[in-house]
Amino acid sequence: MKEKLYKWIFTVLAFASLIFLIGIVIVLFKEALPIFQEVKPLEFILGKAWYPTYSPPEFGILPLILASIWVTFGAILVCVPLGVGSALYLHELAGQRQRAILKPLIEILASIPSVVYGFFGMVILTPLLQNIFHLPTGLTALNASLILGIMATPTVSSLADDALSYVPKSFREASFAIGANRWQTLTQVVIPAAGSGISTAIILGMSRAIGETMTVLMVAGGAAVIPHSFLEPVRPMTAAIAAEMGEAPMGGSHYHALFAIALILFLTTFVFNIIAEMISRRFRIKLGLSR
Amino acid sequence: MKVLSKVLTLALLAFGLTIPCYAEKIVVEGSTTVLPIAQKIAEMFMNNDPDIDISIRGGGSGVGIASLIDGTCDIGNSSRPIKDIELDKAVTNGISPKANVIAMDGICIIVHPSSSVSALNKKQIKDIYAGALSNWKQLGGSDEKIVIISRDSSSGTFEAFGALVLEGGKVRSDALMQASNQAVASIVSRTPGAIGYVGLGYVTSSVKAVDVDGVKASKETVLSNKYPIARPLFMYTNGTPKGLVKQFIDYILSPEGQKLVEEEGFVGLK
Repeated sequence: MKEKLYKWIFTVLAFASLIFLIGIVIVLFKEALPIFQEVKPLEFILGKAWYPTYSPPEFGILPLILASIWVTFGAILVCVPLGVGSALYLHELAGQRQRAILKPLIEILASIPSVVYGFFGMVILTPLLQNIFHLPTGLTALNASLILGIMATPTVSSLADDALSYVPKSFREASFAIGANRWQTLTQVVIPAAGSGISTAIILGMSRAIGETMTVLMVAGGAAVIPHSFLEPVRPMTAAIAAEMGEAPMGGSHYHALFAIALILFLTTFVFNIIAEMISRRFRIKLGLSR
Repeated sequence: MKVLSKVLTLALLAFGLTIPCYAEKIVVEGSTTVLPIAQKIAEMFMNNDPDIDISIRGGGSGVGIASLIDGTCDIGNSSRPIKDIELDKAVTNGISPKANVIAMDGICIIVHPSSSVSALNKKQIKDIYAGALSNWKQLGGSDEKIVIISRDSSSGTFEAFGALVLEGGKVRSDALMQASNQAVASIVSRTPGAIGYVGLGYVTSSVKAVDVDGVKASKETVLSNKYPIARPLFMYTNGTPKGLVKQFIDYILSPEGQKLVEEEGFVGLK
């Protein structure tokens, strides 16, 4: 009797997150779709002017999409070398003690609240970039990229580390047995074997970077303009939603447009996560691990 | 076990008895500009009468008015008048929003303290924000690119600025749109070529407020309507205020309340 009750309780708990997900998806679609009665979807996505509160309003989110892409791409350039590099070091070179210290430290990076990162970017990085590049303002895509890159590093690092540790010992031993040295084993055997796992890590890192809000709101500058260089202020999608939602009149077209941006963001990270899942599934099969 | 159940019963009883005392509860929500006023007033109000529970939330003018329309708050704070679309929605919901002006807010034009420009006219400010003027040289300052800092286009401050200065014109798209008054002030204080605008209450010594049309922004010039960029701040209620809501708004409008309004950096109505 008791057992049944527990089983029932945990079943409900397990399905609760599914219900939340479905609820969120329904609300997103319900609140986002009305904007497309006013603006054609293509005009919405490819429009170059974001002036949501003027009359007549202009709802073109291309600058916002490009800003998100630029900032995420910049973050990748930072977090892939840092994350994958640190994972390789941790896994291949670090001794037990170093590993015991370094791994938790890298993971602490993940637990720092994003507003703290944002504050760091505003107070330390902004004047620094301003002086180095002689910019009118240091609140730029570069600033956001650097901070997001650091923020995504622990995600990439710990997932890549997991991927490396999934490579069966026998692969390595076989490689050593035919006379390959450590470097050859690493580059010819271990990395290719863990490759798709590492790709998964990178994609999930991207997911993390594109969805990050507080930091980009604080350091990206917030100008809704199509970016031409990393040294210009940009306004990623998340920043636009966070900054404008509180003041947008409920039920108005601006409100629906912000939900439509949220929908696009959701679909993007959804696709990222599916790709990551697919790659990692194939990776496990390849290595002969149960799925 | 017996003791525990006794304690529980007592606790429940005590809880049950206290509830009627807290019957008077109001929710105040909305504009972050009005938020500090509402907070300060609520504090004083609850100190004067501990049986009262006033819950204060920010969120923005849009949220304040939306909550009033949904009936989830008693007072909706707003730094802009209600819009037609919101009014329509209110009527559908059987709510009749009433505007209560509680204070005035002057919007200050601020620049970096090192700037040599200390006075601008409204036309120049409009041209700067629209993009016709892009270098401080064109305004008698040093040869430096103007970095434009603005509030987000959906904020009440932007709306007031847009109506009073831009007259419906657009802000150039590469302006840095910031989510709060503090963010604008802090960026301007750190960026030599920057210009921004904030509520009178957010002007600190780390930025320089410029004169507009030859008038210095101050309480006196805002109240006497001499300063050109000023706006009223609202607390919207459902119909004529009654009961605790009326007491709350009356308190703000009392000399004591208006003194608190001034302490928060806004301009009292008297």
